[in-house]
Amino acid sequence: MKILVFVNHVPDTETKVKVGADGKTIDPAGINYMLSPYDEFAVEEGLKLREKFTGEAVVVSLGGEANKETLRKALAMGCDKAVLLKNASSHDSFAVARSLADFAKELSPDIILLGKQSIDYDNGQIGSLVAEMLGMPSISVVVKLEINDGAVVAEREIEGGHEIVHAKLPAVVMAQKGLNQPRYPSLKGIMDAKRKVIEERAVAPVASKIEVLTMRKPPAKNPGKIVGTDASAVPELVRLLHEEAKVI
Amino acid sequence: MKIIAFAEQRNNQFKKTAFEVVRAARTIADQLGAECNALVIGGNVSSIASQLGAYGASKVFVVDDAQLEYYSTTAYAKIVAEIARAESADMLFFPASAMGKDFAPRVAAKLDAGLAADCTALRVENGTVIATRPVYAGKAFVEVAVRSAIKLFTLRPNVFSAGTPAGSTAVVEKKESALGEADFGAVVKEIKIAGGKKDVAEADIIVSGGRGLKAPENFSMVEELAASLGAAVGASRAVVDAGWRPHDEQVGQTGKTVSPSLYIAVAISGAVQHLAGMSSSKYIVAINKDKDAPIFSIADYGIVGDAFEVVPTLTAELKKTLNR
Ligand SMILES: Cc1cc2nc3c(=O)[nH]c(=O)nc-3n(C[C@H](O)[C@H](O)[C@H](O)COP(=O)(O)OP(=O)(O)OC[C@H]3O[C@@H](n4cnc5c(N)ncnc54)[C@H](O)[C@@H]3O)c2cc1C
Ligand SMILES: Cc1cc2nc3c(=O)[nH]c(=O)nc-3n(C[C@H](O)[C@H](O)[C@H](O)COP(=O)(O)OP(=O)(O)OC[C@H]3O[C@@H](n4cnc5c(N)ncnc54)[C@H](O)[C@@H]3O)c2cc1C
Repeated sequence: MKILVFVNHVPDTETKVKVGADGKTIDPAGINYMLSPYDEFAVEEGLKLREKFTGEAVVVSLGGEANKETLRKALAMGCDKAVLLKNASSHDSFAVARSLADFAKELSPDIILLGKQSIDYDNGQIGSLVAEMLGMPSISVVVKLEINDGAVVAEREIEGGHEIVHAKLPAVVMAQKGLNQPRYPSLKGIMDAKRKVIEERAVAPVASKIEVLTMRKPPAKNPGKIVGTDASAVPELVRLLHEEAKVI
Repeated sequence: MKIIAFAEQRNNQFKKTAFEVVRAARTIADQLGAECNALVIGGNVSSIASQLGAYGASKVFVVDDAQLEYYSTTAYAKIVAEIARAESADMLFFPASAMGKDFAPRVAAKLDAGLAADCTALRVENGTVIATRPVYAGKAFVEVAVRSAIKLFTLRPNVFSAGTPAGSTAVVEKKESALGEADFGAVVKEIKIAGGKKDVAEADIIVSGGRGLKAPENFSMVEELAASLGAAVGASRAVVDAGWRPHDEQVGQTGKTVSPSLYIAVAISGAVQHLAGMSSSKYIVAINKDKDAPIFSIADYGIVGDAFEVVPTLTAELKKTLNR
């Protein structure tokens, strides 16, 4: 099975966002980056499929030199090959999807795995965009995946329940938490990953369709009221919710 | 100019987000002097379509086909893109629900269009729609403009007001769908609904519990409080990872982002990743025994106290007040 996994390199979840000097992106100073958490589930699922069906798991990231760190992590987990699609300019989901789809076309994978959402811009678009660009079926927010003889049965999360979705390979699957338990890279994996060559490719710039005009922090909240220090404060809390906030 | 709002239904009943999306489309259409239409897809939806008039749709396109009773990303995307083209729509609005998020990007790809995802506000400036959307799980917001001929927007549920329905009925126009087997590349075969359970992503009130509850069985306290308010139960990642609660209840940066009118955090410390997912709630109540817990920094009302004492008292008081 030819498995393609998309991973993004994102500010870690502890990051305190500061708006940069351009007023449109974050200030990168002092930020630690990580493999986007949902993409880690995608990598794990790719490795599980390769173990089951044999074949090759190729991991791809689009971005700058720094993305190599995230690609190395995926290699350390066990991916066979890593490719960096180099693009320094800014880009929206559509542009990223276009470049990823063009690369995928060349590889003709049986399955493309990616995260349900990148935890930086939180668009949750790239999987469905790539699938449409490649004419493949897609399933998002997947928590369970079974593949037999090219038939895909996936369970995806919806409001208040799950949908069981059927499709055929080749297909695009977007991972949600719960799909699996990502492995920790082994020491050998980490050593091997250091030796592997990350293939680099330049991608043609694609015009963005979404223009970011401004970025700002949410308005700071006024400190709230401490209503009390034990259960005797409950009637007052209920009164406030009812009369002041009017939410009950 | 023309806007079409996709009105989501399940089991031939509109979701609340359908009304929110139609109303938002109407509001923007009025500012642009545009036409506001809606679109319903399903297996037996003709009879419900005219309801959307009360939320501002002038015309409702209906695609009624037994094959569409169950959702299919490929078929739905094809239908919406075809209708958008046939009607020369300038903008398409969708809910940022499990369904809308799943297929709206496919429509965008078909129409070579930009999609502003998960918008929390929309405004018109010099004839251009400017969308506000959260990034970094709500730690920041960006304002964006869509630069393509057709413009797509998905709107976060529970944020836009559906307004009060007003008497008018919409013109219902049936549209044919010429769908073949090839259009059902991915199709839902079965839906498993967790018996009557409210989902945090849709709930108007959420009561969430954290590790301070000490053991999974103590969540009954949270469930009872939630029941007294008709609320959904949420959880911190600590308790989801411990296996006390299912992960579909997790609120936060790697769980669900929620914006209910009331969020009650019980024995949750308020780590940045948790705050990211719930800080846009209209009112936040924190119950925590540690007065320095970060959750108090964003709470509107707090009780610094023992959850085991405060929560049952609160449930009893609410039952008394609300007669539930
Ligand atoms: C300096 C800078 C400028 C930017 N300018 C703009 C702009 O003008 N307009 C705009 O809309 N956005 C802009 N962005 C956001 C950015 O281009 C992408 O939107 C973002 O990196 C991808 O997030 P997403 O939310 O679109 O992905 P999602 O659709 O949420 O991602 C889903 C999945 O796709 C995969 N994926 C996502 N990104 C990549 C990647 N780069 N490589 C491989 N796989 C990936 C991952 O598996 C991910 O889980 C900018 C970002 C930066 C850092
Ligand atoms: C990559 C990454 C992603 C993450 N994503 C998420 C996410 O999406 N959502 C999320 O929630 N977390 C997330 N986290 C985890 C987050 O950092 C915290 O660890 C987690 O939120 C803590 O959960 P908690 O508040 O329940 O537990 P704790 O931090 O242990 O807090 C327990 C609280 O209970 C209080 N308490 C104890 N006993 C009582 C009592 N008797 N009465 C009242 N109060 C009491 C304590 O004072 C304390 O404040 C993520 C972490 C990482 C690294």
